[in-house]
Amino acid sequence: MVDAAITNIQPDRAAVASQWQLIWWAFKRHKLAMISLWITVAMYIVALVPGFFAINDPVAQNARATFSPPQRIHLFDTSNGFSIGPYFHPMKLTRDPQTLAAIFVEDTTKKVPIQFFGRGYEYSVLGLFNSNVHLLASSDPSRPLFLFGADRLGRDVYSRVVQGAQISLSIGLVGVFISLMLGIILGGISGYYGGRIDFFMQRVIDFVLSLPTIPIWLAMAAALPQGWPATMQYMMITIILSLTGWAQLARVVRGRFLSLRTEEFVAAARLDGVSEGRIIFRHMLPSFSSHIIASVTLAVPAMILAETSLSFLGLGLQPPTISWGVLLREAQNIRSIATAPWLFMPGAAVVVAVMALNLLGDGLRDAADPYNK
Amino acid sequence: MLKFIGKRLLWMIPSLFAVSFLAFVLIQLPPGDYVTTYIATLAASNEVVDQNTATQLRERFGLDDPLLVQYGKWMWGILSSGDFGISFEWQQPVSGLIWERMALTLVLAIASLLATWAIALPIGVYSAVKKYSIGDYAFTAFSFFGLSVPSFLLALVLMYVAAVEFGADVGGLFSQEYETAPWSIAKMVDLMTHIWLPVTILAVSSTASLIRVMRANMLDELPKPYVTTARAKGLSEFRLLTKYPMRIALNPFISTIAWLLPNLISGSVVVAIVLNLPTAAPLLLQALMAQDMYLAGAFVLLICALTLIGSLISDILLAMVDPRIRLE
Repeated sequence: MVDAAITNIQPDRAAVASQWQLIWWAFKRHKLAMISLWITVAMYIVALVPGFFAINDPVAQNARATFSPPQRIHLFDTSNGFSIGPYFHPMKLTRDPQTLAAIFVEDTTKKVPIQFFGRGYEYSVLGLFNSNVHLLASSDPSRPLFLFGADRLGRDVYSRVVQGAQISLSIGLVGVFISLMLGIILGGISGYYGGRIDFFMQRVIDFVLSLPTIPIWLAMAAALPQGWPATMQYMMITIILSLTGWAQLARVVRGRFLSLRTEEFVAAARLDGVSEGRIIFRHMLPSFSSHIIASVTLAVPAMILAETSLSFLGLGLQPPTISWGVLLREAQNIRSIATAPWLFMPGAAVVVAVMALNLLGDGLRDAADPYNK
Repeated sequence: MLKFIGKRLLWMIPSLFAVSFLAFVLIQLPPGDYVTTYIATLAASNEVVDQNTATQLRERFGLDDPLLVQYGKWMWGILSSGDFGISFEWQQPVSGLIWERMALTLVLAIASLLATWAIALPIGVYSAVKKYSIGDYAFTAFSFFGLSVPSFLLALVLMYVAAVEFGADVGGLFSQEYETAPWSIAKMVDLMTHIWLPVTILAVSSTASLIRVMRANMLDELPKPYVTTARAKGLSEFRLLTKYPMRIALNPFISTIAWLLPNLISGSVVVAIVLNLPTAAPLLLQALMAQDMYLAGAFVLLICALTLIGSLISDILLAMVDPRIRLE
């Protein structure tokens, strides 16, 4: 397949192309992986400035909108002639005459146009400056738009999912970064020196891999003091997740080191009198960095799932921190999801994110070695 | 073969000790010891514990000893008399609380493992034989989907569907009338009617990787000359597949038990909590929340020991099937 990728392009171009160029060409042939790449990029952009993509303030409560269902966006208005432009009908709160339960009905007599780049609540962009411009905004602040409905306290589920992306997606990256550091150091030592050190490290890695992670995470997370500030919680949870996550990466790094150690170009460098550090970082690391990137991409979704599960069980991040796992706690009991199935939306976000990252990692892994096959 | 098993068994000893030490450290992690928690609990219900009683309790449980001494005592209790300490919340020995729940955890794990195999094996073979067919793509999509859905979400959605569409309550492992009943045939049958849901959920999230392993293994074997030879001899396609390439492709399948089991048990913890199954997990979570650390420690220790034993079994099975491994 990779051969085909190279021969499709003129052979002389393939001959002089850099390793990364070849990887990119091989990767581009993976349709699904390419789509996943774009989805992933889009999601991380949202996670970077969630305030811009949110519609309503994710923490604002609205007693009149408790469990308000999702509203449809209409694009064309045919009620009075024909006009183009997105609008929605505001929800009208009525009561069931018998049970007095709240029922929301779309009030089709009123129309609220949706503005692009409209003004809304004020948010901070990466802590650098404040803005109140939103991609979508209801033109009437007293009639909010609930794209994914509202939760128990009348908070906008859509805006909360968007806001939660920031924590949930970044915890994957930070956690994997810490695991990778541990994995490269420990796996590198193991693979580079071999012998007894390698034997010992292998046993440790086997041991860590044979442990069921969730009970151990739960036990560690339970030991965290309850009243910690959100940033400390965040750091501790990432560290807890990395403590078991490094083993997989260490194993990959070790395997690569072992196979590269006997390659001619490493022997040549050593005979030339190159220092150990330079052999590792200048000669060996570049030739397996593509594999590392692929493994890392596959480790990120696992971290995201781990954080979601932990927070869902109540031992990870705690409200008022907004992450997808914390949001899914709202969907914990059957009663509330029976009245408001849209509380599953954060779950859909998790599935899309994890699926995109998995497919992306899969494509990268296939493309990682353009010289083989 | 015996030498291999012996070596592997010997290796279990340091692993089990490492696990027990890990569990013990986890018990000790939260600030304060369990007497402080006890006093706090009593204070919450307006009871006052005087300093003397607290000291007495500390002495009784040896809480003022150095960590290693405490660990030694704890381990000695477990090894000599199966005494895991006292659960604080339940005011009774831990050993009385855990065994039935651990047994159900084991039943759930094994049932899920079997279900995972039963699903992954035929799908993996099918995907390899009908490579790039619509079915292959559909199963690949399904396996990626299964990989991406957190198991608790799947449990929630299925519970929602069962409750809203069928009006059925699918939580737990037993119907109400059997919950405390002694074991009988009827209770077994009742268990079977409940266990399929958690088993399906766990199997869906773990088959994904196994399908891909099986498919890749089959794809490696199918173009080999011995397959062509067998076909030339006129063997039926089904017999040919099951007799030769599948047996070889199964090999790495067994080795996957080692990592499948920790995953399954991890996953079962979350699913069991959501579905409120009477397995170890909900009690573990409760114990962790209440900092009932001896109970939590016993569960962590036993769950980890379970996976270690699982990987031991998988290694021995693998050595039995593949002579290359035991000769290494």
